[in-house]
Amino acid sequence: MNNNEYIIEIKNISKSFGDKCILDDVSINVKKGEFVTILGPSGCGKTTLLRLLAGFGTADKGHICINGEDITNVPPHLRPVNTVFQRYALFPHLDVYENIAFGLKLQKVPADEIDKIVLKVLRMVSMTDYEDRDVESLSGGQQQRVAIARAIANQPKVLLLDEPLAALDLKMRKDMQIELKEMHKKLGITFVYVTHDQEEALTLSDTIIVMNEGKIQQIGTPTDIYNEPQNSFVADFIGESNILNGRMVKDRLVEFAGHQFDCVDEGFGEDTEVDVVVRPEDIYIMNKLDGAQFTGKVKSCTFKGVHYEMFVDSDKGYELMVQDYNAFEPGSEVGLLIRPADIQVMHKERICNEFEGEVVDATHVKFMDETFECEEITGFETGAKVKVQVAFSKVDLIDHPEEGTLSGLVHFLIYKGDHYHLTILTDDGYHIWVDTNDIWDKGDLVGINILPKDIKIIKADE
Amino acid sequence: MNKRSSWALPYAIFLVLFVALPLILIILYAFQDGSGNFTLANFTKFFTDADAIGTFALSLEVAIENTAICILLGYPAAWILANKKYNRSAVTIVLFIMPMWINALMRTLATAELFHMLGIQLGKGTLLVGMVYDYLPFMIYPIYNILNKMDKSYMEAAADLGATPWQVFWKVQVPLSMPGVISGVMMVFMPTVSTFAISEFLTNNKIKLFGTIIQENINSSMWNYGAALSLVMLVIIGMTSLLQDNKKEVSGGTV
Repeated sequence: MNNNEYIIEIKNISKSFGDKCILDDVSINVKKGEFVTILGPSGCGKTTLLRLLAGFGTADKGHICINGEDITNVPPHLRPVNTVFQRYALFPHLDVYENIAFGLKLQKVPADEIDKIVLKVLRMVSMTDYEDRDVESLSGGQQQRVAIARAIANQPKVLLLDEPLAALDLKMRKDMQIELKEMHKKLGITFVYVTHDQEEALTLSDTIIVMNEGKIQQIGTPTDIYNEPQNSFVADFIGESNILNGRMVKDRLVEFAGHQFDCVDEGFGEDTEVDVVVRPEDIYIMNKLDGAQFTGKVKSCTFKGVHYEMFVDSDKGYELMVQDYNAFEPGSEVGLLIRPADIQVMHKERICNEFEGEVVDATHVKFMDETFECEEITGFETGAKVKVQVAFSKVDLIDHPEEGTLSGLVHFLIYKGDHYHLTILTDDGYHIWVDTNDIWDKGDLVGINILPKDIKIIKADE
Repeated sequence: MNKRSSWALPYAIFLVLFVALPLILIILYAFQDGSGNFTLANFTKFFTDADAIGTFALSLEVAIENTAICILLGYPAAWILANKKYNRSAVTIVLFIMPMWINALMRTLATAELFHMLGIQLGKGTLLVGMVYDYLPFMIYPIYNILNKMDKSYMEAAADLGATPWQVFWKVQVPLSMPGVISGVMMVFMPTVSTFAISEFLTNNKIKLFGTIIQENINSSMWNYGAALSLVMLVIIGMTSLLQDNKKEVSGGTV
């Protein structure tokens, strides 16, 4: 298996802590010498995945191979990887030299050889002459460099980096990004980098793996991920975007924001509900209204350094973010145009809430561990297993959790031009998706009510 | 005096009455003879008295042995207590600390009774057992505290760099837990040097420790000689605490 082109193969890894699933059937292949970034919001499982690669903790299911060898159950000290820890974890009782030489001494490398390697890696991280310094007397950026030097001194096949720049200030972070990229080129080894910073991921990586809720959302090059996000999560997480509900009328024709647009996407079928992403820099904005696909009125205009960022209310009542080098006065009528290639059409992950339920009596059904009143049920016996559907827009959220049939918190939200699409995580761990015009913040506690007439009961899947 | 600093007044009074004043008295008494004249005779008496020096050396020896045994028993105990894999509940820690809730004198008396019941000859062996029993919690707790608070990423970093679990322990965990060990040593070594009750009950006064001699002298109204001996002991103890001052980051190590 050694002629395999993949240095890391992660196969169907799952991991839970208690009943919380952190990684759900994750599979990744990494090529030799690649700079791979695992990108996702906090709690998405990216750090857990990196720790499994390093050997801290074991997977519940699945296999990890490095260089063709199954290392799933190999302890960390026998793995051909080294880690740069988020808070550096430099040994406070050793000086810079001893920290870097730590791994080499364990391998019984001759002393003069250690000298050479330590000086070499210190030069590499621009920390020459610091070898006698106490690590605690170093600044954050310098500690970071020593941590990197310590990890590469062991000449690992794979370098793992756990949000290594998170604790540095912006300027230093930018400098270190460039240095890391150069270091990757010079060393020629594989880097696996974990971050929640999308800009960092786009700058550094050959390949980006976007994760959310323990699942891989998309794997691709930075340009792929940016230009062709596969779902609304990726589109929202990477860069600025307008995400709208749309309808694929037929191949190469999509309807959104109240208009039909030519696009380049095919194979979605006819009359299919989809999500549409348009990057704000891909909407052309102009003063003349003829020749435009649709019109709008500028609501606000903010200078952002290179470009202006404008919010435009379209003629059909959708709010769009537009970026342009020219400023347009708030209140002015503008023409808008989107080119077919700039429209990214994505499959919807779901088009309504679906739950497994059970008929309690003629007017009650139980789902999400709670009994709801519904309209008279016909065709199902008491106790029958059924499928319950509730439209996104029919879920009522209220301020006081205790007044709802269910309570939960706002877990995730996306603005869709004319409404918000919220993911609510109930106290019992269920997800429910809600379309609303009200403004909620992530983390808000909410009560959830559903009117009897909005609960649709259909036959369960066999 | 502003309002805040006046809050310190009770402590200041306490310090003067129960710390500074006795210390001054000890120093004054140590350099005086029975009729209040300045003299160094108390010290020359001590340094020329082979018996007294012998007792002093024995005290140090017992204290060092006790401390060493406490480290050997206490470190592994603290390590196990701080390791989530072996100890999942805080109750176990309380169980280890619980002997401290009972008066040391009562525990010592009970221990002596136990040796008596078992027919074990009282002597240096029983003295050490009793001392270790009395002082072990004071060693376990500071070490447990520092191990428990230690950032796990140090151990992970060492393993990541190729250290076996055994090497991780010796090269990272032990050196980083030294402040806790030093706190433990202070809390075990210093009181053992000056103890007299334990040796009295657990050896039937067969073995006299330095504390015993001080107590005997003071009991028989030899105030000046007693004070001089106390001062010698204070200096010795003061010297051991210099050990601690040289080490940084001892915070959290003490009980």
